[in-house]
Amino acid sequence: MMRKTWIYLLLLLFYLLHNDLWFWHDARLVWGMPVGLFYHVLYCLAAAGLMALLVRYAWPAYLEHERDGEGG
Amino acid sequence: MILLLIAIYLALVLSIGLFSNRLFRKTGEDYFVASRTIGPFVLLMSLFGTHMTAFSLLGASGEAYLNGIGVFGLMASSSALMVPVVFFFIGTRLWAIGKHHRYLTQVQFFRERWESAPLGLALFLVLAGLMVPYLLIGVMGGGITLNSMTGGEVPQWVGGLLVCAVIFTYVTLGGMRGTAWVNTFQTLVFMVLGAVTFFMIVDQYGGLARAMQQVREQGNAQLLVRGDKINPWKMLTYTFIPLSVGMFPHIFMHWLSAKSARTFRYPVMFYPLCIAIVWVPSVLLGVLGRIDFDPATTPGNAVLVEMVARHAPGVLGGFLAAGVFAAIMSSLDSQTLALGTMFTQDIVRHYGFRDQLSERQQVLIGRLFVLGILLVTFILAQVSARSIFKLAVWSFSGFSALLPVAVAALFWKRSTAAGAMAAVLSVALLWIYFFVQGWENPGYTVGGTGVMPVAVMFAVSALMIVLVSLLTAPPSAATIGKFFPESSADGR
Repeated sequence: MMRKTWIYLLLLLFYLLHNDLWFWHDARLVWGMPVGLFYHVLYCLAAAGLMALLVRYAWPAYLEHERDGEGG
Repeated sequence: MILLLIAIYLALVLSIGLFSNRLFRKTGEDYFVASRTIGPFVLLMSLFGTHMTAFSLLGASGEAYLNGIGVFGLMASSSALMVPVVFFFIGTRLWAIGKHHRYLTQVQFFRERWESAPLGLALFLVLAGLMVPYLLIGVMGGGITLNSMTGGEVPQWVGGLLVCAVIFTYVTLGGMRGTAWVNTFQTLVFMVLGAVTFFMIVDQYGGLARAMQQVREQGNAQLLVRGDKINPWKMLTYTFIPLSVGMFPHIFMHWLSAKSARTFRYPVMFYPLCIAIVWVPSVLLGVLGRIDFDPATTPGNAVLVEMVARHAPGVLGGFLAAGVFAAIMSSLDSQTLALGTMFTQDIVRHYGFRDQLSERQQVLIGRLFVLGILLVTFILAQVSARSIFKLAVWSFSGFSALLPVAVAALFWKRSTAAGAMAAVLSVALLWIYFFVQGWENPGYTVGGTGVMPVAVMFAVSALMIVLVSLLTAPPSAATIGKFFPESSADGR
């Protein structure tokens, strides 16, 4: 249960991190990419990691036990 | 050569649809939701292909070409978080309820959840209406692609008509299984070809860093930052738009086609990566488009195809055009199937025609409805010169604002039909109001503050369902028991 709560809090934090005020006017290039875009590419990769945590520790397993096979 | 390659590609797509028809089990459930047998990889690919359309290739590159990299944060990375979250919290639960009660459409679920036929009808009308701009961008995209790739030889209406005809044929033949298979194939095609296009074009500029430097030297440094074009309120409120995925009828049908709840794990985990794979090349190519093209002469919607025509002519250009077609058709097919299913199930059958018409006649009426919708969309595509990106944002905004209805249906026992109806009607009225405002001023935000209309519509919709539900009688105990069994009460 604690793990689930931490992951939900992490989701909230992640949502806030989307508004990257710190790169708003920064035109530097990182690996040829504007840093404002590079940040959001990394954000996508990190989102995939976060989703893996969500699936691992907060999966609604009862849906599989309760429903799967009942109606179909 | 380009036309020949596109023709071969379309024939290939049709043959997949025809092949899947051979596996058809001749039941409604098989036609509409593939007998709920779709596995994780095909579910991921078909959900992604269905969600990404002309919007993510032509629209995103066009917006980046005009306004710079900010579009990635507005739509792509926000989708990378919001879309899998919606799959996780809403999709899995709707799948379970849909399987248990054998639902085929959203309207069936909402109608029974709140024991209200008028609510079902109102939802049908609003969902079908919001779908028109979404279909429109696909038909427009097909026309623009063929027209640009052939140097204007093939008029835009031919491309639009071709897309409509191919989709109508294979959706009619293959149903959901055909659509899921074709989507998987087409999603792989446009992901791979998008990456190939990107590397080829960037190589011709001498690498990404050099190309970006050229953009800067040509006086377009503003494209490399979000800058003053997007204020933080706009960025924040844009995050509501990807929530639309929770109310798209075609996404709902794909959810129902899943084999088990476990099948959703792939789409939840890999969706953010798929988004990056498609959107990064699209946005970067849009920015690089300013090296060779000028918005005064080349519109945003056409810049990606113009770049392909200039930098990758011949055979490769034909393949790449096929990739754009793939992205467009992989959405239009599911949308078409969903609309046909909703009309057949929620109107023809629900309103008593079940006894008066044979099964064959009901299916025929469903197909005629789809044909009618495609015809209206095709005609609108001929007269619309709007930005693909902005049309999509309007469509998505309406669907997003309906999400509180789905959340209440799944997680709030006390919510009522009157509350849901108030939310749906408020969304319809506000959408029309904001759409008229936006038609006159394409960069419209609420009061010029940067706040997107979707945020206001979402808040009003949520408020309406809460307030009106609390003021009206709760649903019957039988209905609560049906949708909130004690055994699965945890997590709600």
